[in-house]
Amino acid sequence: MALLEVNDLTVNFYTEEGVVTACDNLSYTIERGEKFGVVGESGAGKSVTAMSLMRLIEEPGQIESGEILFKGENLLEMSEEEVRAIRGNEIAMIFQDAQTALNPVYTIGEQISEAIRHHLGYDEDEARDRTIRLLDQVGIPEAETRYSDYPHEFSGGMQQRAVIAMALSCDPDLLIADEPTTALDVTIEAKILDEIEELADEFDTSIQLITHDLGVIAQVCDRVMVMYAGRPVEKATVEDLYYDPKHPYTVGLMSSIPRIGDTRERLQTIPETMPDLVDVPTGCSFHPRCPYAEEACTRKEPPLVDPETGREATGDVDEHAAACLEYTGDLTGELDYTVEVEGEDPRAQLGDQRE
Amino acid sequence: MIGLYVILAMAVLTIFARPIEISGITVQPISLAPYDPQNILYLEDPSIGRYDPPSLAHPMGTDASGRDLFSRVLVGGRASISIGFVVVFITAGFGLVYGAIAGYYGGWIDEVLMRIVDTVFAFPALVLALVIIAILGGGYWQLVAAFVFPGWAGYARLIRGEILSVKQNQYVTAARALGARDRSVIFRHVVPNAIAPLVVQASLSIGTVVIGVAALGFLGLGFPPGTPEWGTMLDATRETIIQGPGGSIPWWATVFPGGAIFIFVMAMNMIGDGVNDALDAQSNVDVEQGGAN
Repeated sequence: MALLEVNDLTVNFYTEEGVVTACDNLSYTIERGEKFGVVGESGAGKSVTAMSLMRLIEEPGQIESGEILFKGENLLEMSEEEVRAIRGNEIAMIFQDAQTALNPVYTIGEQISEAIRHHLGYDEDEARDRTIRLLDQVGIPEAETRYSDYPHEFSGGMQQRAVIAMALSCDPDLLIADEPTTALDVTIEAKILDEIEELADEFDTSIQLITHDLGVIAQVCDRVMVMYAGRPVEKATVEDLYYDPKHPYTVGLMSSIPRIGDTRERLQTIPETMPDLVDVPTGCSFHPRCPYAEEACTRKEPPLVDPETGREATGDVDEHAAACLEYTGDLTGELDYTVEVEGEDPRAQLGDQRE
Repeated sequence: MIGLYVILAMAVLTIFARPIEISGITVQPISLAPYDPQNILYLEDPSIGRYDPPSLAHPMGTDASGRDLFSRVLVGGRASISIGFVVVFITAGFGLVYGAIAGYYGGWIDEVLMRIVDTVFAFPALVLALVIIAILGGGYWQLVAAFVFPGWAGYARLIRGEILSVKQNQYVTAARALGARDRSVIFRHVVPNAIAPLVVQASLSIGTVVIGVAALGFLGLGFPPGTPEWGTMLDATRETIIQGPGGSIPWWATVFPGGAIFIFVMAMNMIGDGVNDALDAQSNVDVEQGGAN
């Protein structure tokens, strides 16, 4: 049984401009110990997905339908009391902006040990010891003295470490990291990502990593889901996605990553911006920005299919699936992009190792 | 800081003015006031008349009934000051909880709660207090009720506004994501970050309430005539401002109780300003640093 199974999740926000469907029939699974990436531009519905898992969607948002099975139990049918026992204890979250994710009026240590006392029933001293150990583990020097520091006495990177320690405080089974390194500079980012990865292995925690940075995904994740306008457009293992992207949007995202030694004058971008979710384009929601769009794309909404066979995606763990009409045979043209791989394709070696 | 010392001094003076007895047991035996504020002195000592000017025996003179004014001003502080603190404590406490609930939950709860606040705001506070006193009659707790009823709404509105902005912070979501209850999210994470303006408002309000109590006393409402209470004392000697016996104006009868009100409210406002500056210190420091760079 998968640790987390999200089936046909639909989340709507009832705004004054109209109904915004932030998540549209989203399905994915996360296995125990797996690192799952969610990529997409701002407004693709990544964070809403994360908040749904914690059942923290607030007015005017509402989870319309679908189920979220965590260890086989549907989170959406639980009472508030039961969900509270899971939040922070079994599913924990690392927030994007550590500076505002820490309460300025309490010490770092107090904030972390509060959750430990609450969920694990530790007394004051035990919680304190555990907190100091955690702070030490996430790489905060002199954890003992830093315990009683206030958030403003920490640097940005340290604050993020503290937030990670807080998320790990009760040994969660699933860690949702919502752009954990966006607010940090690149050198700290690399360190923090390494730490998240190491700690996840050490604590045997699954990760759902949300980011708009494909580089971060490549570093940390096993499998990836690319989201666009609230829908998954491509799901694949990291290697498949990078060496053989099947959806034009994924290709667009990748070609807009700057590279060292790049000779292009300008950075390639995907034209225009994400559509207004109140008024999502008909058919494939990506068609107004897609260089390969045809007339059919404006009419038919592409299902998530296996690009090889064109059959509907089964939701298998290692399956590569993309939502483009190309693979259902509705397009007359072809997606004529090429992927240049510098160096050796690691899939050749990995292929044998995979079970 | 001067304000704080003045308030402390006045509080100590009034507390130790006369012995305090609770159900027959003397809790506080010290008596700073030389006479019982209710004693009509010329009945005991015929040499003391009405409206005697300040002298060594009676530093503030005597009032219309020949009672020692100094003792009365000291003891009179008890009612005025304690009502000020009690009222602010109750109103700020209730307004805090009320506003926190409205601000945190939002939606229709907020809508209903804040319309009730608007209704309370529709009445002028002092007039509403007058009406309540007229209905309930005078007395200590009636006065407290009269000031509490219109008073809490301001705090509720203030704290709600603060909470609306504080709850946008990610640490509120973070606390909920860690499985905290609504109650503990509100009172442990939201309120401590929103309380600063409420503290300032409360410290400024104590003075306002004391003035209000005095105003009601001056209008002859609140305490029964003859009670040592600053406002009521002013009312009792009102006619002396126009003309005293023998054509002279016994200024001491109004100046001392009035001065006591003035000093107390002034000191309270100084504390309020001080608290305001202290809680605002962070933003001031930022400005200075910005200027230096």
